[in-house]
Amino acid sequence: MIEALQFGFMRNALLAGVLVSIACGIIGTLVVINRIVFVSGGIAHAAYGGIGLGYFFKFNPVLGAIVFSVAAAVGMGAVQRRTRQRADTIIGVMWAIGMALGIILVDLTAGYKADLMSYLFGSILAVPSGDLLIMLALDLIIITLVALFYKELLAISFDETFATVENVPVDAIHMLLLCLIALTVVMMMRVVGLIMVIALLTMPAAIAGQFARDMKRMMVLASILGVLFTTAGLWLSYSLNLTSGATIILVSGTAYLLSLVLKPLMSRVWSESMG
Amino acid sequence: MHRRETTETAREVISVQHLWAGYEHEAVLEDINLTVKELDFIGLIGPNGGGKTTLLKVLLGLVPPMRGQVHILGGSVNEGRRHIGYVPQSVEFDRDFPITVWDVVRMGRLGKRGLLQRYTAEDNDVVAGVLRSVEMLDLRHHPIGALSGGQRQRVYIARALATEPEILLLDEPMASVDPLVSTSIYELLGRLNDHVTILMVSHDVSAVSAYVKTVGCLNRWLFYHGERQLTSDMLEAAYQCPIDLIAHGVPHRVFQEHTVVRPGSPQVEEVRQ
Repeated sequence: MIEALQFGFMRNALLAGVLVSIACGIIGTLVVINRIVFVSGGIAHAAYGGIGLGYFFKFNPVLGAIVFSVAAAVGMGAVQRRTRQRADTIIGVMWAIGMALGIILVDLTAGYKADLMSYLFGSILAVPSGDLLIMLALDLIIITLVALFYKELLAISFDETFATVENVPVDAIHMLLLCLIALTVVMMMRVVGLIMVIALLTMPAAIAGQFARDMKRMMVLASILGVLFTTAGLWLSYSLNLTSGATIILVSGTAYLLSLVLKPLMSRVWSESMG
Repeated sequence: MHRRETTETAREVISVQHLWAGYEHEAVLEDINLTVKELDFIGLIGPNGGGKTTLLKVLLGLVPPMRGQVHILGGSVNEGRRHIGYVPQSVEFDRDFPITVWDVVRMGRLGKRGLLQRYTAEDNDVVAGVLRSVEMLDLRHHPIGALSGGQRQRVYIARALATEPEILLLDEPMASVDPLVSTSIYELLGRLNDHVTILMVSHDVSAVSAYVKTVGCLNRWLFYHGERQLTSDMLEAAYQCPIDLIAHGVPHRVFQEHTVVRPGSPQVEEVRQ
């Protein structure tokens, strides 16, 4: 691993892993406790439509993905709020349409589509320095907004009805959350790819949730776990010559399964030490 | 804090006139008229699906009325609900939700602190105060999922009190607690009633205790005329099967608990024999 660090792409990859993990820990926590994993998946896949748009009209596909995923987030948020039933069906439809639109647009684009697969399966080893700056900016936006609206985000996550009675603008805060998910998803696309976004978004947070007693601690712990998993996955993929995104997911998944086994043991030790 | 008695001249805090409400064009409440006066402690009972929760949701502005007028403290519902402390029915609950008792109760301060405002030292004082009043201050750092049903109910009451309400609305407050705990919660509510108006709904006839000042029945229609005891007429009208209730001995318990308040009542004597 140390000798690998002499390569610029490896340093960028490690940095990208850290930057993405921070967003993942914070937003993943909100996704897990709000039980909106499915909506997050929908946003991620709809983003592919934006990538297709970028290819077709010859602009940066990441920009297209940002616009598309935010639009999908707003659309799904509205659907979820207005129609009480069948929201999951409509979200599933948007998920599929976004994806299909992206594929068709890419088909219609002439020429060689070099890194198309990288959006699907991730290409953390090919993150240019410019993208690191975008990731850093997105991280700062996410941290700032979550810090500013922390008490409202906690309130709508825990008890939306009570938040409404307390005159919290519940719909607006929910929409903000979905847009933050959209931004996070676009960032993560680079690292693990669209298809595995949900896994990296949820697993560190799910592990953290078993041990953290409040939301802030869960976010911090999930971020730290994310850094560990991406770094370990990156190192494994480098030394074993495996696909980086999938390796990161398998490392996270293994840790998650282990945490399920270890949780009962650890909580027994904790309750004994706490008396 | 001196005790103010509820009298005929007491201020109206909730006024409901000819209210119809429900979901998807189907009314579950019809022509409800209800006047709640300051420092009332009203217990409304009725069967499940009788519209109890819907009535509370209308009072909280969560369900819009189809017809009729609702006023809280003389104003609109959305304005008035800032003075209502709401204790929801605790059915759906995620035990793994990462939140401490302290953070749950502090949500009661949300109405006082708008967007982009931080909780203040005053908020922390209020939260500590209400937690002390429900005897939960020692458990403030515990995750909410680690509490028993009765403890959790106290936390929700504390959260409602943290809003510094004039009115407390409670939805099935004794649903998930055992009888011993419910007695202690009633004692708490009785103390709170010295300065807060309380309206409580429950499907359980035995939930009406000595601390409740007046009772009524709700099952699509409201049968409430400020009575101190449940009458068989009210129960019959609301439940439409009086024999079944008496067979279970439920009214017995209700009358017996009223012995504390009104020992001279002839009905009580009758039940005791």
